[in-house]
Amino acid sequence: MNVTVARLTARGLLGRRRGLLLLALPVLLLALSALIRGIAGQDESTAANILGGLALGTMVPLVGLVAGTGAIGPEIDDGSIIYLLSKPQPRWKIITSKLVVAIGCSIVFAALPTYFAGLILFGTFENLTLGFTIAALIAGIAYSALFLLLGVVSRHAVVWGLMYALLWETVVGQYVPGAQTLSVHQWALSIGEKIASPGVISSSVHLPTAVPLLIVATLGGAWLASSRLTRLTLAGEE
Amino acid sequence: MSETHAPEGRLDVIHDIGYRHYEGPRLGVGYATRSLYTSSLRGAFGLGRSGKSKILPMAMTAIMAVPALIIVAVSIYVKMGKLPVDYPQYLTNLQFVTAVFTAAQAPVLLSRDLRFMTVPLYFSRPLRSSDYVRAKYAAMVSAVFILTVLPMLIMWIGSMLGSMDFGYNTKHFAFGVVAAAFYSLVYAGLGLLIASLTPRRGFGVAAIIALFMVSAGVSGALREVMHVTGHQAASFWVAMLNPGFLIDSTVSWMFDLPLRGNVAQMPTTLGGVVFLAEIAVLAAGTFALLVRRYRKI
Repeated sequence: MNVTVARLTARGLLGRRRGLLLLALPVLLLALSALIRGIAGQDESTAANILGGLALGTMVPLVGLVAGTGAIGPEIDDGSIIYLLSKPQPRWKIITSKLVVAIGCSIVFAALPTYFAGLILFGTFENLTLGFTIAALIAGIAYSALFLLLGVVSRHAVVWGLMYALLWETVVGQYVPGAQTLSVHQWALSIGEKIASPGVISSSVHLPTAVPLLIVATLGGAWLASSRLTRLTLAGEE
Repeated sequence: MSETHAPEGRLDVIHDIGYRHYEGPRLGVGYATRSLYTSSLRGAFGLGRSGKSKILPMAMTAIMAVPALIIVAVSIYVKMGKLPVDYPQYLTNLQFVTAVFTAAQAPVLLSRDLRFMTVPLYFSRPLRSSDYVRAKYAAMVSAVFILTVLPMLIMWIGSMLGSMDFGYNTKHFAFGVVAAAFYSLVYAGLGLLIASLTPRRGFGVAAIIALFMVSAGVSGALREVMHVTGHQAASFWVAMLNPGFLIDSTVSWMFDLPLRGNVAQMPTTLGGVVFLAEIAVLAAGTFALLVRRYRKI
């Protein structure tokens, strides 16, 4: 972990108006939660729908996508990564620093808003809010690592990450139940299932399967990213 | 004292250093705009660019077209006599492919010119900024239109090959073309407007897709709440929040098609008119904002 690299990454992610994009998502979620609480009152299925569908299903992957790929993608894209790579820093340190920033973004812009939205919608009953928040936190960490890897590997990282989050986890998962075994969303849900009261959150993956897969995906993603970064070739603009 | 002598009849030349002048026809603004349109439209599908940049748009086009091919093949093979999916409904089902295509390719058309500062070079030609915007907008609209019409064309041709009801299929194919026109105008406009605000392609892609995904999530959540609280009759209004839902319910309302898509309730007459107006405002508004964006570069 290198503080300077982390600081530069954070500035690249949040500097200028780019931070506003990340900030818009949680603001929207909180506003919507307040509105729905006002209209529908305290309702478990509504709260679970918003937290599971909108927060964990849409916001967490999106923030992970922006933070994970945005931490390294633009630098590789415009070639300025060369100034970073030519410094006497091991590549795994660069990846670790960038991953820490991406995870930090996921926590601030996805997990914390999920918690507050849960408090607004349903309070602390049945540990529903806590379950979804921990799930959002875990999913945010795994997404950050996976999408950081994508950012190193591909120049169209955002789109490929999107295809994973949209197509694989949602559409393919609906028709092919096996696809859900390889879904960050379901792994995180299985942890939330354990925390919340029984029957409140349900996941299609068992906890003993989900935890090792989560660890492998996160650490494996980070390790692969740093090993790919050691032999990165800079291509010209397509 | 040095004598400056301009060649006879040419007052615009300060120093004639002996190069041969171009005397041929000048093709003018229209030609330049058309050229920019053609190259942008080809660029939207990665034609004339490297193999790597073809992968994504071509993959999206394939994902859009292959299900149509399968539907046609199966329904001809088992002699259904009728396609199982209606033409506009097909576009509704594959909305997210259209959204991802727009998100991926709108920044390709605009962000690169911004990042490498090539926009001023365009404007050093006879091209004005409004011509540039017009060419790019037309190119993106055409690209999305091709993407959305292609699978329906496959279905229509397939329906004729399978000797299904010609009148019915042609009528519904026409409905689908109207829907495709709505999709291309609204999606291309929104995508280009967001892409024009950032020189970084990655952020452009993320911002555009965030708009489509989050608005769909918010709209769906609000609809659910309105159902729970018994405001079912008015719940069609939430479709206004998401471009895809908006077009889906507008087309269903215009042609009185069964609404099996993402909106529970058919819009009322007032709702339908408001929806149509919103589509017009979205298409025209994004174009006007783009022209404003490029007035000062």
